Amino acid sequence: MAQSASLPIAVRELTKAYGAVHALDHVDLDVKSGEFLTLLGPSGSGKTTLLMVLAGFVRPDSGSIRFGTQEVVRLAPHKRDLGMVFQNYALFPHMNVAANIAFPLKLRGIVSREIARRVEEALELVQLGGYGERHIDQLSGGQRQRVALARAIVFEPRIVLMDEPLSALDKQLREAMQLELRRLHERLGTTTIYVTHDQREALTMSDRIAVINHGKVMQLDTPRRIYDRPANPFVAEFIGESAFLGVEVAAGVCRFAGRVLDVRNMPAVEGRCQLMLRPERLRILDQNEPTAANVLDGTVANVVFQGDTLLLLVRLADGSAISVRSPSNEAAASTVPGVGGPIRLGLGSGDAIVLPIDGG
Amino acid sequence: MYVGGKARDMTVGALNAADLRRDARQEHWTMLGLTVPALLLVTVTMLVPIVWLFSLSFLADDGAFSLEHYRRMLEQPSYGRNFIVTFEISLLTTAIAIAVGYPLAYVLAQLPPRAANLCLIAVLLPFWTSLLVRTYAWLVLLQRQGLINKWGIAQGWWSEPLALVHNFSGTLIGTVHIMLPFLILPVYGTMKSIDGSLMNAAANLGASPVRAFWSIYFPLSLPGLAAGALIVFILSLGFYVTPAVLGGGKVTMVSNRIANDIEIFFNWGAASALGVVLLTLTLVIVYAAARLLGLSRIAGAGHAP
Amino acid sequence: MRWLSQPASATQVTHGSRLWLYALAALVLAFLTLPTLIVVPMSFSGSQYLEFPPRQWSLRWYQSYLGSASWMQATRTSFAAGGLTMLLSTPLALMAAYGLNALRGRWAAIIYAALLTPIIVPVILVGIAVFYAYVRLKLVNSLMGIVLVHSILAIPVALIVIASALKSYDMNQELVARSLGAHRLKAFLLITLPQIRFAVITAAVLSFLTSFDEVVVALFVSGGDNSTLTRNMFNALRDQIDPTIATISTIMIVVSSLLLAVAQLFGRPKKQ
Repeated sequence: MAQSASLPIAVRELTKAYGAVHALDHVDLDVKSGEFLTLLGPSGSGKTTLLMVLAGFVRPDSGSIRFGTQEVVRLAPHKRDLGMVFQNYALFPHMNVAANIAFPLKLRGIVSREIARRVEEALELVQLGGYGERHIDQLSGGQRQRVALARAIVFEPRIVLMDEPLSALDKQLREAMQLELRRLHERLGTTTIYVTHDQREALTMSDRIAVINHGKVMQLDTPRRIYDRPANPFVAEFIGESAFLGVEVAAGVCRFAGRVLDVRNMPAVEGRCQLMLRPERLRILDQNEPTAANVLDGTVANVVFQGDTLLLLVRLADGSAISVRSPSNEAAASTVPGVGGPIRLGLGSGDAIVLPIDGG
Repeated sequence: MYVGGKARDMTVGALNAADLRRDARQEHWTMLGLTVPALLLVTVTMLVPIVWLFSLSFLADDGAFSLEHYRRMLEQPSYGRNFIVTFEISLLTTAIAIAVGYPLAYVLAQLPPRAANLCLIAVLLPFWTSLLVRTYAWLVLLQRQGLINKWGIAQGWWSEPLALVHNFSGTLIGTVHIMLPFLILPVYGTMKSIDGSLMNAAANLGASPVRAFWSIYFPLSLPGLAAGALIVFILSLGFYVTPAVLGGGKVTMVSNRIANDIEIFFNWGAASALGVVLLTLTLVIVYAAARLLGLSRIAGAGHAP
Repeated sequence: MRWLSQPASATQVTHGSRLWLYALAALVLAFLTLPTLIVVPMSFSGSQYLEFPPRQWSLRWYQSYLGSASWMQATRTSFAAGGLTMLLSTPLALMAAYGLNALRGRWAAIIYAALLTPIIVPVILVGIAVFYAYVRLKLVNSLMGIVLVHSILAIPVALIVIASALKSYDMNQELVARSLGAHRLKAFLLITLPQIRFAVITAAVLSFLTSFDEVVVALFVSGGDNSTLTRNMFNALRDQIDPTIATISTIMIVVSSLLLAVAQLFGRPKKQ
């Protein structure tokens, strides 16, 4: 399939209110041409509404949407030339696989011989070559999803929208499909907007992630930066595991329970703040081990065996609790203090960030 | 880092809002327009004539405004009798339909799908056979030389042919027969949607079968039962054919009276007044039930917001 | 007879102890179905009087029916009225159902209720009111007059059937079709309509039967050259009771059964 030019998307001031509730609150968004952007958020966050508005099925109250240079916010859905994959696939049950995929091509007046060629090409692309004659109810969930995908790309749209297409699949299949979708995207290079509530999926597949809550974009960034440098507590909590500790900031110096912490890239804040860290970045230090990292002292409150890891609940100097994981192999387990024993945790200066108390 | 923004520049605050509103309104009117042909037909063919008809009830013979038709209705006892008979038939039909229809619906709901489908066809076929055909069948069955009398006498249950038709009982048998499917279908529908695991839970908690039925199953089946009973009652109020054929002239419900007033006495004013009362009664009952039960259950395919 | 001691339901009550229930249900089912059926053998009775079972079997009443100009005319009228009613009400109900499904709001509920009024209003009132109007419009005893009023009785039925199918239909399919390049009408015709086919066919059949079986309004509105089968039957019942009526009843039962069978057969979605 020839790679056609993809389009960038520019969203400005997109607003949609249902009564007093803002499903979309003056959303601004720029999607680069050929980018795989994920809209990530909890249910009710507005991510699906945003997708539906982009597709033209929900009319916003106000705002602008440009595909490339073309203003499309008032354009009817069937003129937007988008490929779309729904959560429940929405395959046409009264047609077989080939007819489903051929549907958009027929609408565009393409001759039958060409249609047959492109349908087979699309099936090969999703690794379902030769499945054209099959009927929809003979397919498994994963196969249906791939047919839906083939149907959405066979007419070489310049933008593809996907609304939680993998959420109906079981875990193993889902993870395999995530990689396949990513591979397909790299092959076709089409601008793709992907909606999901699964942060792991977002981290795996995206060029950039837009975290959405209450109809607003909370942060738009690469997966790495969103994970390492969440802009606000909501994003920090939504992605990955996070722990928050109360700290005091004075004149650019951060103190926890009286002790100074070395935190890279301190923002310009003062007073009581939150230190956000990923628990998996904490290391359990030997009692006398020298280290350049920040040291947090505490006592072990509980140790839980969880199969592949040990979960330690630690009470820190200021009374707050934090959980740390340790591998459960013999060597590691033997160095873990018992319940009630003292423990030293090491935290790299780049492994934590300081955030204001509220915000987001 | 990029954080979602608010309206910074007031001039772009409502971008395209007016146009989008217009688009939304246009779509709304188009969808509304799809319902117009049907609405037009119903309004012109039914509503206008009925309003026209009801205006007659307020006119005396000379065309002046008058309430004499209503006054006559209150004064003459025969009108009262018509209403009493109508309510008797309606209430008894509803009661009997519930008594025999509910058990059948219950058994149907327990059957495996194929048997249930077969039985449903057995219920739907009479439903879609003309009411006149069914009434006629009862006329034949209930006659003095009819099948029922012949069989009863042959079995020795009674010696003289019973007067089973051309009277109140004959009419009642007919109306129950006609109305049964109207009760069975909603009740069956509701019963099928009762979660089977609830009865499991009840049994598990120690309830006897009878107790489980009355405390769990029956209350859950009530919405369907109420809807069915309401439909049966309201439709029974308007019965015309069955009392006319099976009543032998002795069962004059309101509909029959209305027809008589027109066909025999050409008294449009009286018939119209009677019609106003009948319709008002029907609407009041429907409205009261709709408030209690929720309109969507009556229509069966609700579009209640 | 082991079946008698098997548990019938989750509460472990056995079939045996519920035998009375099954007997009652069987009786009620018989009560519902048998009366309609006894009419059929009666129509083949050789005698002049209504009797069941017939002592002689003969086709004389069918011959008399087929030979009677008035019965044949009435049959033509009933079929014509039924067919035209079906052709008028089904598309109107389909459009209204689609529009209401898309509207969803207070207005949708009000319009829906308004379209259901013909079956809430007592049918005698519809009959005499329309008769009254038709007298002034000179539409009495006309086929068009019959079709118009039968259509308003059929529309609520068709509407309920189609609306219910639309409610359980996955609208995403129409949305997908539109995203793939089909405008709304095309998406509806190519994707939605084939899938609610069963409901539309059922609605059409029920519209036909509503008109074909209808008695009360036909009594007032039809007549003369355009008298329906049911009207003639009703009058015949009042005057004299001859087995020709059994013949007509049998024909009506056959028509209803055939049409319902057709709806079942051709309406079902195709499976490969």
